Amino acid sequence: MTNHWIDIRNADVILVMGSNPAENHPISMKWVKEAREKRGAKLIVVDPRFTRTAAKADVYAAMRSGTDISFLGGMIKYILENNLYFKEYVTEYTNAPFLVNPDFKTAGDLNGLFSGYDQKTRKYDTKTWSFQLGENGLPKKDHTLRNPHCVFQLLKKQYARYTLNEVSDITGTPKEKLVEVYKLYASTGRRDKVGTELYAMGWTQHTIGTQNIRAMCIIQLLLGNIGMAGGGINALRGESNVQGSTDQGLLFNILPGYLPVPTASVTELKTYIEKFTPRTKDPKSVNWWSNRGKYITSYLKAIYGAKARKENDFGYAWLPKLDEGQNGSWLVLFDQMFKGKFEGFFAWGQNPACSGANAGKVRKSLAKLKWMVNVNLFDNETGSFWKGPGMDPKDVQTEVFLLPAASSVEKEGSISNSGRWAQWRYKAIDPMGQSKPDSEIMNELYFRVKSLYLRQGGKSPEPVVNLTWNYGEKDSTGKVKEVNIHNVAKEINGYYLEDVYDKTATPPKLLGKKGELCASFVPLQADGTTSCGCWIYSQSYTQKEGKVVNMMARRGKNDPTGLGLYPEWSWAWPVNRRIIYNRASVDPHGRPWDPSRPVIKWDPVKPDPVTKKPGVWVGDVPDGPAPPMATDNGKYPFIMMAAGVGAIFGPGMVDGPFPEHYEALECPLEANLISKQRINPTIKLFGDKADAYFSCDVRYPFVASTYRVSEHWQTGVLTRHLPWQLEMQPQMFLELSEELAREKSINDGDKVIVSSGRGELWAVAVVTNRLKPFKIGGSTVHQVGMPWHFGWQYPEDGSGGESANLLTPTVGDANTMIPETKAFMVNVRKA
Amino acid sequence: MGVSRREFLKLSGSTVLLGSLGIDLDPAKAYAQGLRIKGATETHTICPYCSVGCGILVQTKDGKVVNTEGDPEHPINEGTLCSKGASLYQVVNNPLRLTKPKYRAPGAAEFKEVEWDWALDEIAKRVKDTRDRTFKVTSKAKVKEKAADGSEKVVEKDFVVNRTDGIAHVGSAALDNEECYLLQKMLRSWGLVYIEHQARI
Amino acid sequence: MTNRTNKRKAILVTPEVCIGCRGCQTACKAWNQLPGMKTKNTGTMQNPPDLEPVDYNMIRYSEVPSETNPVRWLFVSRRCMHCDDAGCMRICPAPGALFRTKEGAVAFDKDKCIGCKLCVAGCPFDVPRYDKDGKIAKCHLCYDRLAEGMQPACTKTCPTGALRFGDRDQLIAQAKQAGYGKIYGEADLGGLGTIFAFKDAPKLYGYADKPNIPESVIFWHNVLKPLAVIGLGGALAGALLHYVAIGPHKDDDEEVKKS
Repeated sequence: MTNHWIDIRNADVILVMGSNPAENHPISMKWVKEAREKRGAKLIVVDPRFTRTAAKADVYAAMRSGTDISFLGGMIKYILENNLYFKEYVTEYTNAPFLVNPDFKTAGDLNGLFSGYDQKTRKYDTKTWSFQLGENGLPKKDHTLRNPHCVFQLLKKQYARYTLNEVSDITGTPKEKLVEVYKLYASTGRRDKVGTELYAMGWTQHTIGTQNIRAMCIIQLLLGNIGMAGGGINALRGESNVQGSTDQGLLFNILPGYLPVPTASVTELKTYIEKFTPRTKDPKSVNWWSNRGKYITSYLKAIYGAKARKENDFGYAWLPKLDEGQNGSWLVLFDQMFKGKFEGFFAWGQNPACSGANAGKVRKSLAKLKWMVNVNLFDNETGSFWKGPGMDPKDVQTEVFLLPAASSVEKEGSISNSGRWAQWRYKAIDPMGQSKPDSEIMNELYFRVKSLYLRQGGKSPEPVVNLTWNYGEKDSTGKVKEVNIHNVAKEINGYYLEDVYDKTATPPKLLGKKGELCASFVPLQADGTTSCGCWIYSQSYTQKEGKVVNMMARRGKNDPTGLGLYPEWSWAWPVNRRIIYNRASVDPHGRPWDPSRPVIKWDPVKPDPVTKKPGVWVGDVPDGPAPPMATDNGKYPFIMMAAGVGAIFGPGMVDGPFPEHYEALECPLEANLISKQRINPTIKLFGDKADAYFSCDVRYPFVASTYRVSEHWQTGVLTRHLPWQLEMQPQMFLELSEELAREKSINDGDKVIVSSGRGELWAVAVVTNRLKPFKIGGSTVHQVGMPWHFGWQYPEDGSGGESANLLTPTVGDANTMIPETKAFMVNVRKA
Repeated sequence: MGVSRREFLKLSGSTVLLGSLGIDLDPAKAYAQGLRIKGATETHTICPYCSVGCGILVQTKDGKVVNTEGDPEHPINEGTLCSKGASLYQVVNNPLRLTKPKYRAPGAAEFKEVEWDWALDEIAKRVKDTRDRTFKVTSKAKVKEKAADGSEKVVEKDFVVNRTDGIAHVGSAALDNEECYLLQKMLRSWGLVYIEHQARI
Repeated sequence: MTNRTNKRKAILVTPEVCIGCRGCQTACKAWNQLPGMKTKNTGTMQNPPDLEPVDYNMIRYSEVPSETNPVRWLFVSRRCMHCDDAGCMRICPAPGALFRTKEGAVAFDKDKCIGCKLCVAGCPFDVPRYDKDGKIAKCHLCYDRLAEGMQPACTKTCPTGALRFGDRDQLIAQAKQAGYGKIYGEADLGGLGTIFAFKDAPKLYGYADKPNIPESVIFWHNVLKPLAVIGLGGALAGALLHYVAIGPHKDDDEEVKKS
């Protein structure tokens, strides 16, 4: 989330598209309700299915799954055509005026492809996706937005094809509904109106997932809604700490704090810093990522401690490197496993046998392992895969270690919600039975592996034995007796390893004393004098006036802005900023666009507490302390972007600088109605028989989505074991329209078989008018839906049913590789 | 199990008869369980399910959780909870929880309970064994190099990669931040690059 | 009718803002330590299908026609109505088994319940259920929580204020101020303790326009009950009168299944 949960109450229009908060984030609806009651806010819900959220909407629009870009492209066109965009915001704070390479061609010019596509490699050469540079090395701009090569004009060109007729034909949404939604949402293009967007897996789980979000970012920038209270683009994350686990780098491509995982050719720390540090010649751009070198060096100091020295490149060589182009993402990981490439596997607090797309393939893959470690609160379909359906234990040679983990109230630590609030949880009781907190299991494993290397030697022991592990008192063998989780939190925050000075000041000013916790990431250094496990969490566990403070445990209820920011409740990354890009909520002189909800404002008279010079921001923690853009030394608002402005033109995407509508890999249409390019041209296609996909195949004629319900969570490992939750949602079900049910002679409550090219399962039919057939390009398209909370292992009598992921395809988004589980093709028959 | 009509009549006929004649209308009398949270210790926690981050009060007595409900002080949920949040009690009072490590040998038909020490030692041995056999100090990669004349050509070279492609890991967005940090630190020290979790799915 | 209006508390149900999350269902079970029961999906989100001895409240899901949308999906809380003129209390032959709390709710004392099930017949809303020991089970407005100054578990947990607890007069006034012309239960049966802000006719939400206590119950209450309590044991009288006033009990097996 750029904003945070309570901030929903500050919105005038709330667009729920790609999410279903009433079911998956129910408490958010408390703030939706507040916005409606107190501000008269309107709620728009766009969803293929009339959900519990839709039941509360002022405007509901049904849309065929996978056609969001078409829907939103139509909105972009509507906003531009009717001059409903926020002109000053667009010209000052976005790259709309930037001039693009004259050789760049939009997907409108090239029938669905952007310039630079290579059929053979299925990749773009992005040479033409660049800006024209002036003599000063800065992008050329046309603030009148009239130059035919400026981003604004290209945007118009790109979406000229997204007419109401075209969009209605693709989405199945009636034209009047489209206009109703467009008109209402575009009403937030005024400076005194703000709209927010709430999305979740409904947008990410598509082969065009990233571009779904990009399309909305463009709209939010056009309407001036980013940075504003009640605005932003807000990802409702699916798990309690999926924000934090991502922040902490538990992914193949990122280290903590979104530092890229190095590849083979990036041989030295110097090369790493050169390669991954964006540059700009624009003095008005903060370009925060120019600090990359400080963060990676401080990370290496955090993990290797005194062993990381300048002379050994701070241990950079010990970090595992990916081959050039090696992708270790989920679908590839299980594809490698399916091909027998792994001996060992950890499934730690996760149940891939039910949560992974094409779960049948995942389950077969598990059987190819030599050994597996499964850490969980309950037995589950992954740990017990060898006795699952279709498995003969005798034939499965995989050794399985099933380790009992403590629950969240049986240990201490922090988790980060979608609004980036890191909140501390305390231990209420001891772990149940012999179960252990996950950190203890890690402590044991780390120590035991290290001991083996110390005793026996082995292949390249340095990365293992040189790791710091100072998390508490050690026993006689050198093992940490019990992990003091506060020590870990402090390591994440970072320390001054020497007295650290600001050398730009005369005389140099002491920033921090050796041994103390860093005040924030600002004083971090690239010379090894600071350590920091995850730079964006620096300040979370810090020192204030000599006292160590766990900021994440704070429970202050002050709300000086009255906007519900609660700056003294827990702590939000970065540096306790509650609304990201908040410098875009003010005009170039620092005056709030909407004085009735000022997130920050520039007070030119009040002295800065640090510099003592007049001029200071009041309100939320601003995106950098520099004065407003229009003043001397002023800076652009989008500090994480090298150009300092919001990207309407996004050349960093692999599938195009503008979002373009493509059909899902499995879809009911022979052709894309808007171009010749049916599917996203850059997605990775997996080749095994197990990955088969079927488009426009009579065997699988219906569009399907998987989703969640409020009573269960993820694969149900927790909630299926809770009798209270199971009572409310006891069984796998399939929602289908009355029209389709009639066609198939299916009655409410009947058992049905749902099948796809990957597998089949039974479900109870929920026949409902909440799903309606779509009219797509003149023909009828049926859509069905089902939850993915069930699995064979529990309830033990098999009454729950199986995982919907037995049906989903092995294909992912072009940019993120998140599987396309929201749009695929199935068949349904009466059991 | 229900009580049959006959037994039921028998019971009420003999014992409840007295009660029905007695006059005891004390309305303050709480039924069977009483107020079990009286004197309980309250601990703050955050809901383990979705990402709204609601505050929950955990009430404990004698090392047992006796009740959980929304934290009224928490600014996001202000004491409210959805059905999952309201079910936290059943996560901690649940006979189905795993309480001992288990091991399943190759080809075995069942898990057997094992000691922690044994399980951890065996896992450590496997990590080392697999790592040692599959560890790549260097790997070949094709890179573009600039020649002295400024032209670019693709060359294949050996690069230090210090990784194992023999072990993969998934999980978990259900762990605390500190645990996630420790986990990536440990896994990367072993040389793993196939590290994924719920964020990707 | 007793005059309790000044102190009387109530739960105001506003289906318009209910999101059907069922926090109320679980919170009630958690507070009252009611076990989960084995259910089946019968083609609807609604589960259990109706109130059960282990479910003192529930959300009813119904899809009704809509002018603007494919359907109008209603989420309506169902539980004891805590009638002022309570049919269950009128007919109950066991003194103290059902009692009026000082907040005006109809609570129960399992020790005194004789399991005669007459209250089932007396209830215009089909609310009372019987647990596995043959004792009454239903919403008691968390009178144990109220006694400690807390609000009921269900209203406390409700994220959107679809269930609100408070002074009955105030709740009614607030609902009217919010534009709900008629409050269901304001005057019915002497005034209900569970009141509803309905936008449309009660029938749409699954409630009878004019709830009534069955005639036979009134007869029992006025004529036979005083005799029975004096002359016979409550249970015996209950069983007898059940035959006279209501008809035979349901089959035993059926009841076993239910609990």
